[in-house]
Order: sequence, then structure tokens, then C-alpha cells
Amino acid sequence: MNDTLGALVLLPLGGAVLAALLPRHGPWVGIVTAAATLALALTTAAAVYRSGPRHLELAGWGAPLGIDLRADGLSAAMLALTAVVGVATTVYATGSDAASGRPLFWPLWLALWSGLNAVYVSGDLFNTYVALELVGLSAVALVALGGRDAYPPALRYLFVAVLGSLAYLLGVALVYAEAGTLDIVEAGERLDGATTAVTALTATALAVMALGLALKTALFPLHAWLPQAHAAAPSAVSAILSALVVKASLFVLVRVWFVVFGGAATPGAAQLLGILGTVAVVWGAVLALRQPRLKPIVAYSTVAQVGYLFLLFPLATPGLGEAAGTTAAQAAYAGWTGALGLALAHGLAKAAMFMAAGTLALAHGSDRLTDLRGAATRMPMSTLTFGLAGASLAGLPPTFGFVGKWQLLQASLISGQWWWLPVLLVGGLLTAAYTVRVLGATVNPPDAELAPLAPVPRRMEWAALSMAALAVMLGVSSSGLLGLLGVGAPVGGGP
Amino acid sequence: MTREELFLAVGAGLAVLGAARLLLTRDLLTRVLALNVASGGVLMILVALALRGGGPDGPDPVLHALVLTGIVITVSVTGFAIGLVRRIEGDLTEGGRR
Repeated sequence: MNDTLGALVLLPLGGAVLAALLPRHGPWVGIVTAAATLALALTTAAAVYRSGPRHLELAGWGAPLGIDLRADGLSAAMLALTAVVGVATTVYATGSDAASGRPLFWPLWLALWSGLNAVYVSGDLFNTYVALELVGLSAVALVALGGRDAYPPALRYLFVAVLGSLAYLLGVALVYAEAGTLDIVEAGERLDGATTAVTALTATALAVMALGLALKTALFPLHAWLPQAHAAAPSAVSAILSALVVKASLFVLVRVWFVVFGGAATPGAAQLLGILGTVAVVWGAVLALRQPRLKPIVAYSTVAQVGYLFLLFPLATPGLGEAAGTTAAQAAYAGWTGALGLALAHGLAKAAMFMAAGTLALAHGSDRLTDLRGAATRMPMSTLTFGLAGASLAGLPPTFGFVGKWQLLQASLISGQWWWLPVLLVGGLLTAAYTVRVLGATVNPPDAELAPLAPVPRRMEWAALSMAALAVMLGVSSSGLLGLLGVGAPVGGGP
Repeated sequence: MTREELFLAVGAGLAVLGAARLLLTRDLLTRVLALNVASGGVLMILVALALRGGGPDGPDPVLHALVLTGIVITVSVTGFAIGLVRRIEGDLTEGGRR
């Protein structure tokens, strides 16, 4: 059973090689690989849920010589999210060359998938760096598939991604200098045990790693590269980038913050991340409201939604360690499951939104809001998808987004950090506002001449709708997923 | 100032200068070069830390292995970035030929 961890990385990588060798059969290689990876990811998630975190020493070597793979609840949930969104975008991308960006899409996307899985199962800090670079490079190449207009944003994305990785690498070296190990769990134990007072070296390491990873996650004010890159890419790529790729660097930051630096992460620094997240929620939404085109709206929405996820740090940090009281631990647990549940919900809803934006743009020949008139009656499925996804992003009950926000609300109340409540409320209203603005633009004008629509394969609309439906339905039965996120979590206070 | 401290300081200086230039300049090729200076600086810090953490048998090999991997990654990133720069500046068509 443990072998699934290695296969989760190697299978998509093998698919990528095969797709590169057989460019004409890319879609088939993609679909077969995606289906097999989905099966592996769900098996792994079920195993973690039933019997706790998994651990695999590749080739039996073990740390410090060999490569250790680990999967706890958070890893399993991210693997499953990646696989579910991955299958939907794979099906979507087979529908049209314009949405995927020609045959090169297949090897790049499968390599990206392999990198994402490697990030989630990596047991040591340096392998995480290598995996992040694999993710970054293939993501940039995927953006460049958008054609001539996408080259400048792609290059800018490359600079940002590599700069972020370099800062992270510097942090890895400093952690190694202090703790003498690259293993994530061991480094955490040694840093915890060795220091009663936080040393300058540890503080510097945490600071550069947080800076680099926040840059890669597009936390305000380091977000300016994201809307350009995500809007310029082909639609299937935009869905992958917004739903999955930004989560990978966030995942690493969560690991580093809570596991490696558990003792060194101060509440003050955590509050700062929360405040930046708050500004992102408002600023991203305001900019989304001002965009004249659909894809930039969805891209700015990602900047805003990523802001919510950073509320994890102020809400869960005070509950770390054994010194924390029961109340703090309870709040931390609610914050942990809430923010990370919201990350899953955002992944599903944002994939749906970008895919719907892609089919609308494909059919109308443009993604200007003024060109989308009549879409509500002529493309009801895509419009419905956009609306459902927007409802989940805004956190309306009974969607999965609502469940995540509810947990965050609980965490704010239990921990007495009431100042996050207005953020949750205002952010939801702003999200609803830009969703309604888009829906309003799709309404039929009376007696207007509408240009004919270009045909769009049905499976593209179905793929998008399935993600939106999942984002809504998981809200009704979310306890299993939230429980999975709690398996092996670094914060106590679980039921 | 010991040898390790000197290398650490120079590495940090290079990393900061490279990163600053990368963020402040508009010329694309200069930015690629600045990225290389920055990564050279970071890798130099790693080499200095290896020297510091080493025993009587020489510097710490683990950090040296990391530096080697880092160099490989930097080379591929640079190649990729230059490819994109050439396409943006428009002296090549999409197929890679003039």
C-alpha cells in the first residue's frame, strides 16, 4: 500500500515522457495517465484516512542517505484535489486546441502533475525545492503555450518563481546549518529541542522562506505577476495554475511554518501574514470588479481567495505546542481544517470558473464582458457553472466554501480574534458582487442581434460543471474531508 | 573576519544585488543575468555554510550536493529564460528558426 506514494510521482512522469515521445497520441496518454493517477490518489487518501499517515523509504535506504516520502492528511487531501481537478482539466483539454495550447500541453501538464505530487509527498526540504522547481518550470512553459501575447507574462512568472525558490533554498541551507538535517520532521524536532530562545539564524531562515513562498503563492503585495500569467495562459492551463499550482507553494509554507519552525513562529509574524491576506481579499476583489474581461476577473479572484487561506497562520499559530491551552488548541484545529478546507473548495470552484470562462470565450470568440450577452440562454451550462462556482467562492450555504468559512469563523470566535470576522463577511460580499456582475453580463438584451456561436464540445462544459457541482455538494458531506485534513495535523484540539 | 564569514558576506551581498537588479531593471537580458548573479550568491552562501559545518575531513558534502543540484537547475532555468527572451524580442519565429 505504501508504494502508492512513489507511484504517484513516477506515473505522471512516465506519462509525460510517453506524451513527449508520441506527440500525436497526447490526449490518450493524458487520459489514461490521469485516470490511473486518480485511482492511486484516492487509494492513498483512503489509506491515510483509515490508518493514519503513510511513510515510505525509497529503495529501503531511509534518511539521511535515501529519499523519504511521507503523506499525512493534508498531503492526502492535496493529492486527491490535484487528481480530481487533474482528470477534469484533462478531459476539458481534449476538447479544443485553443483551450489546451497544442500538443506540447500534454508532456508539460503531466510533468507538472508529477511535480505537484512530489511536493505533497516529499519528506525532506531539499526534495521539496527540486519538486517546486519542476512545478515552476513546467507551469511557465504551459503559460507560454498561450502564444505571442503570453511570452512576456510567462517570462515574468519565471523570474518570480525562480526568485521565490532561491529564497526558499537559502532558508533550507540555514535550517540545515542550524539543525544538521534536511528531513522536515527531524528538523522540526531538533529546532524545537535545541533552542529555548529563537536564534537569529532560525528567524532569518523562517523569514526568507516565508518571503519566497509568499511570492510564489502571490500573497499581497507580491501578487502583481499572477493575474497577467493566469489570464494569458490557455484556459485549461489557467484552471490548473489557479486551482493547483498556487496551492503547492502554500502547502510548503504551511509545512515549514507549522512543522519545521513550530516553536519559532511568533504570533506577531502570524498576524502580519493574516493582515496581508486581509488586504489581498479586499484588493483582489476590488480589482476583479474593475476588469472588463472575464479571464482577468477570475485571475484577480484568485489573488483575493488566496488571501483567505493566509488566515490559517494567525488562527492556528497560537495553538501550537504543548504549552497552549485547550481553547487555543481547539481554535487552531478549527482554523486548520477551515483554511485548508477552503483551499480545497477554492481548487474545485476556481477550476470550474476558469473552465467555464474558457468555454464562454471559445464560443463567443472573445472574453470581453460586453461580448457575452445572451450566454445565459445560449450557453446555460457554462453560465450555471460560473454561478455555482461563484456561490462556493463567496461561501454561500450549503457549498463547500461555506463549510470552510464557517470553520474559520468558529476559530476566530474561539480564539477571541474577532477582527477577522468582518474580513470573512466583506470578502464574501465582494465575491458575490463580481460573480453577479459576470452573470448580469450574460443576460439576453431585448431584441438584440446576437452573433452566431462557435461550437464547443459538450465534454468541455461537462468537465467544468462537474467541478462546480463537486464544490457545492461536498459542502453537504464535508465531515470526512475535514477529518482527513486533521490526520497527523501539527495542531492538536481535534475531536 | 574569518574565511567563512567573508564568503557568507560576499554571497549575501551578491544575492541581494542580483535580486534588486532583477526587480528594478526592465531590460530582459539584464534581468536574466541578474537572476544568475542572485543564484550565484545564494549558492555561495551554501558553499560557505558547508565550510563552516565541515569537520577535519573537509567541508560538509551534503551542502555541496545541494549546490550541484542548484547549479543544474539554474542552468536549465537560464536556458529557458533566454529562449523566452529571444521569442519576445522577436528575432525568431515560433518554430525556432529565422
